[in-house]
This record gives sequence, structure tokens and C-alpha cells, in this order.
Amino acid sequence: MAKETVLEMQHIMKIYSNGVVANEDVSLELKKGEIHALLGENGAGKSTLMKVLFGIESPDQGKILLNGKETTIRSPQDAIAKGIGMVHQHFMLLPSLTVAENIILGVEPRKSKLFIDMKQAIRSAKEIADKYNFDIDVTAKVEEIPVGIKQKVEILKALYRGADILILDEPTAVLTPQETEELFVQLEKLRDNGHTVIFISHKLDEIKRICDRATIMRNGKSMGTYSVNEISTNDMSKLMVGREVVLSFEKQAPTLQGVMLEVKHLNAYNTQGVQKIRDLSFEVQGGEILGIAGVEGNGQTELVDAITGLSRKYSGEILLKGTDIRRESIKAIREQKLAHIPEDRMASGCAAHLNIQENMFANQYTDARYSGKFMLRSRAIQSRCDELIREYLVKCKSQKQEVGMLSGGNIQKVIVAREFSTGPDVIIANQPTRGIDVGATEFIRRKLLEFRDAGCAVILVSADLNEIFSLSDRLAVMYKGNFSGIFTDVAHVTEEELGQYMLGLKNDFANGGVSHE
Amino acid sequence: MLKNILSPDFVNAILRASTPILFATLASGIAAKAGITNMALEGMLLFASLFGVIFSSLTHSFLGGLLITMAIGGLIGFVLAFFVLQLKTDEILAAIAINLIATGGTVLLLLAVSGDRGASTSISSVSAPVIALPFIEGIPFIGAVLSGQNLMTWLALIAVVVCNVFLYKTPMGLKIRAVGENKNAAESVGISSKRIQYIALVLSGVLCSMGGYFLSGGYMNMFTKDMSAGKGFIALAASSMGADTPIGGFLVTMLFGIAQALGNLMQLTTIPTELIQMIPYLTTLIGLAVYSYTVMKRRNRLGAH
Ligand SMILES: Nc1ncnc2c1ncn2[C@@H]1O[C@H](COP(=O)(O)OP(=O)(O)OP(=O)(O)O)[C@@H](O)[C@H]1O
Ligand SMILES: [Mg+2]
Repeated sequence: MAKETVLEMQHIMKIYSNGVVANEDVSLELKKGEIHALLGENGAGKSTLMKVLFGIESPDQGKILLNGKETTIRSPQDAIAKGIGMVHQHFMLLPSLTVAENIILGVEPRKSKLFIDMKQAIRSAKEIADKYNFDIDVTAKVEEIPVGIKQKVEILKALYRGADILILDEPTAVLTPQETEELFVQLEKLRDNGHTVIFISHKLDEIKRICDRATIMRNGKSMGTYSVNEISTNDMSKLMVGREVVLSFEKQAPTLQGVMLEVKHLNAYNTQGVQKIRDLSFEVQGGEILGIAGVEGNGQTELVDAITGLSRKYSGEILLKGTDIRRESIKAIREQKLAHIPEDRMASGCAAHLNIQENMFANQYTDARYSGKFMLRSRAIQSRCDELIREYLVKCKSQKQEVGMLSGGNIQKVIVAREFSTGPDVIIANQPTRGIDVGATEFIRRKLLEFRDAGCAVILVSADLNEIFSLSDRLAVMYKGNFSGIFTDVAHVTEEELGQYMLGLKNDFANGGVSHE
Repeated sequence: MLKNILSPDFVNAILRASTPILFATLASGIAAKAGITNMALEGMLLFASLFGVIFSSLTHSFLGGLLITMAIGGLIGFVLAFFVLQLKTDEILAAIAINLIATGGTVLLLLAVSGDRGASTSISSVSAPVIALPFIEGIPFIGAVLSGQNLMTWLALIAVVVCNVFLYKTPMGLKIRAVGENKNAAESVGISSKRIQYIALVLSGVLCSMGGYFLSGGYMNMFTKDMSAGKGFIALAASSMGADTPIGGFLVTMLFGIAQALGNLMQLTTIPTELIQMIPYLTTLIGLAVYSYTVMKRRNRLGAH
């Protein structure tokens, strides 16, 4: 098919004010009615390139051709007027407003010139949702809707503004497999309607599944554009990382080292006081990885919050190495060598305005190696920080760089480095590789296995089924606040079977029974 | 005392005491909704109360004086916005600067214009008119309350409604709230947050200056040194206690008005005036404490770690 070219970015160069060269020489060509993948490691410059296209950042060199004519895009307003819409890596919604208000914001329908025509707004929001088959209650407040729907609202926002070219920056990172599938159906519809979609993701199977062509970026340069069905996922990751990436692991059989963490008759409540966990009991031994799968919102967050001491809204017992942690401070819990990789890196994982060094040592500033009686030992901290940056491949300019300025995946690496660097005995990893490129994903998974082999107890909560399957020694599925199934023979569980447990169609403990291992 | 409280005069006193604070509270609310704490209200009130006297005297007209004062108020708002948005000065520091300039600057100007240091007694200014309502006047109690109010008091009450409609029913209001809640999100749909914040601060200055005008052309009939007396800060507190909404701010302001009017009444008793003069500030303090406590409780209930 020879489709017409709608947009070309040629030799784009972007240097941030702090000297980071995010795009060095990137070219991108988009055709009408295609889904075009943009691939690259964390910090490769994908988001930056898209911000240039959307008028948020101005390029230092290079040009943009829209329908063959050279243009400059000065601001998001400008981009929107030229038919470009963007869904950002992190949500850009106003929680206190309704879905309809979010959709019409900036392009409000008016009555008698002065006022917003709210009825018309709701009507047009409904119309556009119906047109693209998005099933959304447009009068709901955004703070009350789940992430999957939020993602759809973001897309509707762009479509409402008449976007022909739709940029989606890691839209699936926060979605469950089911939600992702739904999104794909809609993206295909958009493509058939003649829209052009730029799709950024670190999940290569998603790209295989939905994209027509892929442009691969490495270190701020483009490594070429390929037709997706003519390139294997292996070759894609090789082009991205510059080496072979292995995402399947040789695992030794676990050598169990005795119970490290025990949860007994746990009933936990969320922040609104709704019960999210019902009478859950299980234990984790040193030397094993317990994978917890499940559709988001079935109690995973509350379980993690209870175990890590972030929430005390529970009854029942949680024993960490035999001691009840209910009355322990978070600091005391951490002194028991518990590490926690939180699911929301911006909200509870890092202090965005502090630098890398300060973030990496936030959990060790009382350690005698790094702190004297009154002053921090800056030399020791600096050299250790350098080590960690090198070991965890954090792409940054210096350790004094603000964490908020790193790319999404590199922020995650800083957090993982901090948590792993204390030599934990128990690791609670909640979506540890969300938004992380294949190379770093491999690295983090390998690390988790290393810790397990060294006798560490690991709880891995993940929406990524590949991750769950390849790492777990035991696999539990959470459904409505309890386990609906526990599998010890992970290799023989199929994805379909797991899906049935996740949706509650199958449940081994449906009568409120407890684990029968 | 009780008889005094139940009299129309007392209601009048409440309205009189609330009028300047109400304007400033609305001003604070609009700025806050756009994401900026306008701590310069105090200085804005003070400037406006002097300019009101000067320009109503120069134009020999209430309306002329008021309009020029409002324009200058808008200009001060613009200057604040320029420092905060263009030069990236801290908004609190910029506001403190404006407040300090107002304290000294008004005295200096007064001296230059009238030769006095303390009060504008030698300037013949024009105060805002009192509105008599011919038929309603006759109704007992209600007549005495509704009729005979200063025009600025009516304008303040109307401003509550106008601000409410503006913030919640107009495109500009929606944009202001969007920018205040999440600047990046607003910008991502093509709203220029800078422009919106400029507009909000200018409006804030205009509203606040109306309160200032009333201070020297209604509440009193001259300008006196430091006559804003913390009303700008009280308004800031009132607005935030009212969740920065016009209606909420209005209700809290009335509460403060009651406290102030009660204080005025007590001056007739033997309680030392110094203590009585503390009442409005004490109410603010207690109000703020209660407010922060409820916010904290709510936050705990939501379980934010
Ligand atoms: N506002 C900024 N100021 C300075 N440097 C920045 C800024 N935003 C990004 N960078 C740097 O530019 C580089 C490219 O970042 P970008 O966000 O484009 O990466 P990305 O490819 O989207 O990565 P990820 O997959 O992790 O989201 C990174 O090294 C990052 O640290
Ligand atoms: Mg990115």
C-alpha cells in the first residue's frame, strides 16, 4: 500500500537547558492511516520528540513538514489547531471536573456568547464518545473513574479537538491486559477512519499486535523505521539496546529458608474505609518469589500498604520475621530489612524536586557509613551514588540532577536502586518494571532472582503476566480481596486459566475457605 | 445588650463591617482559584482607600473616583502578576513588597497631596452614596436594614453572585479553575496559564480596590494612615476557610462581620477597648485553627499517608 505521507520530522535536535542532548538527529515519517510505533530505551528521547511535535518544546535544529509543507509548531494550541493531539505519559486531567468538562476545556461551547453551554457540552461529549464507541459516563467526576477510563477520556479530549494525528505516550503502562485489548480495538477503528496514531510502548508484543511500522530510537538518534511484520521482537530490542536481550530466565529450583513474612486473617480497608481485603492468610518463605496477579483494584494496593506499614487500616496480624508490625514505625519495619518498590513512582516513590543523590539515600541517611553525628559524609555518599548509577544504568547528567527531570523509566531505576542497595531480606515489588525499557526490565528481573537465590523473600505484584510467569515460584491470583487461586506449578498454568481466576469465573476458595496447601 | 443585637442597627453594622472584607475575600478567591495566593490584598486595600479619596476629590464625582481607583487596583494586580509570572519572584515575597510599599507610600503620597501625615481631613472627597429605597423603607425592621445601605455594600453583595457565575458558568472561569488545579494539564489543551493568571490577578486587584474605596468613602469619609488594619489578611483567611468559593467566602465574611459588630457594641461596656479591638483578629485565628483542624481530619479520613 502506498499511503500518503502526512507528517515528517527531519533531523530534529533538542538540547535541554541543562545541557542534556535528548534528541540528536531524529527523523520520523508518518503516513495517513497507520499506527506508528516509537521505540527506545528509557531516556532515548521519545517523549522529548513528541513534545517537540506537540509544541511544548522547541527544537534547536531540524524541521517539521505537515502535508508536505514546512511548519513551525509554537505551542500546544498551535499543534491542536494543526490537527495534532497528544496523550501524555502522565495523566493531564483535572480530577475535580467532570469528564465532559475535561473534554471541552479550552474549546467550550457557548450560549449567548458569555456562558458555557453545559447541556451542549455534555451532548457533544456524548456524541464523540458514541462516535468512537467509547462507553463512558460523561457526567462523572474524573476523580471517581478508574485509570482505564481516564486513558479513554484523554484520547477523547484529543479527538474532540479534531486530532488527525494522535500521539499516545505509553498509554498502556497503567492498563490491565483487558483494558489494553479494549484500547487496541478502538485504535484500530481510528486507523480505519484515517487517523494516524503514534504509539509509544516498551512492550514489544503490543507493538507487534497493533502497529504497522516502528521507528526505533537509541540515545537520541533514530535507528531507522521498519515494517513491523518484517522485524522480529528480538531484532527490535537489539536495535534499541545495542545487544541481545533475554527476557526468559534460567531459574534454579528455590531453596526455601523458612518463613519470613506471615499474613494472618487480614481484613484491610482502603482510604475511603471500604473493605478491600477479606480474611486473607498466606506466608512467604525466604528464597521464593510469590507472584500476585489480578485485575487492578482487587486489594493489591491495600495488601502492599498494610505490609509496608503505610496503612494501619486493617485487622489481623502481619508478622515480619516473627514480629507483629502493627505497632512498628515504618522506619522500624525498614530496619527489619524490608524494601518496597511502590506502584506510583511520582506519588510515593520519589521526591521529584530533590536530586538523584538525595533520593537514593533517603532510606539510609542515618546509616553510620553515610552519616556522622551531625553531618552527612558527602564523599562516601557521592562515591556510593556513582556506583549505583553505574550499576543500575541510570541515564543522567550527574547525581545532582533533579529526579523530576529524568525520563519516566530512569526515575523508576533510581527508586529500584535505592530499595535494592540496602541488601533487603524481604522485597515488596509493586509493578517494578512499569514503564521500563526491555534492557532495564531484564536487569531488574535478574536482580529479583538474585535476591531470591540469596535467601530473600519476594512478593511481586504485577499486571504484566509475562513477568509474573517468568519469575514466580508460587503464583496467587487476587480477586475481590482474597486469593481465588494459588498455583505452585507455575509452568503449567495457562494465560487463559489465569484470566478466569482473575475475573472470578474460577475460584478455589469461594466458600471463604483458606488456602489448602 | 441583647436589645442592641436584635436591632436593625446591628445588622447594618455587620454589613458595614463586612463590606470591605467581602470585596477582598472575593479578590482572594479568584486569585486562589487560579493557583496564586494573593497576599498583597492588604496593600491593595490601603492604596485604594487613599486613591479613592484623591480621585473622587479631583473628579468631584463618586463614580469617577471609583473607576479610577479600580483601574489602579487592576494595575497593582498586573504588577504583582508581572513579578510573579514574568520575573518568577516568589508570590509571597512580591506581595510583602507591595504591602510594605503601600504602608510607606500612602503616607508619603498623602503628605505630598495634602500636607498631612495622618489623615486626609483637608481633602474634600466624595463618598459612595447611600441608597434609600422609597417604599421598602416603611416596612419595620426589614425596611431599616434594606434601605439606607451604602451603594458599595450592595455592589459587594452583587459581586458575590457575579463572581460565582463567572467562576462556574463562563469559559474564562473554567479556565481559571483548570489552571489553578493543574497548570500542566491546562496547558496541554492549549490554555496559556500565564495569560489566565494575569487576568485573574488583575481582576483580583480590581475587586479588592472596591473594598479599599469603601474604607475611605463609606465606612469612613476620609483616609487615615494604615486604615486597612489587617483586613486584607482577614480576607485571605476568610477566603481559604470558605474553600475559596464566592459563596463560602461570603458566609465566612459575614461571620467575621458579626464578630466585628459585636466588638463595636462592646465598646459601650466597661471592657478595655484594647481587648475589644482584638476581636476580629482573634476570630480569624480561631477560625483558621478550626478550619485547619477540619481539613486535617478530612485528610486523615481519606487516609493520605
Ligand atoms: N525537562 C527536562 N529538562 C532536562 N532534561 C530533561 C527534561 N526532560 C527530559 N530530560 C532528559 O532528556 C532525556 C530524554 O528524556 P525523554 O523523557 O524524552 O525519554 P523517553 O524516551 O521518553 O524515556 P522513557 O521511556 O523513560 O519515558 C533524558 O535523559 C532526560 O533525563
Ligand atoms: Mg517518556
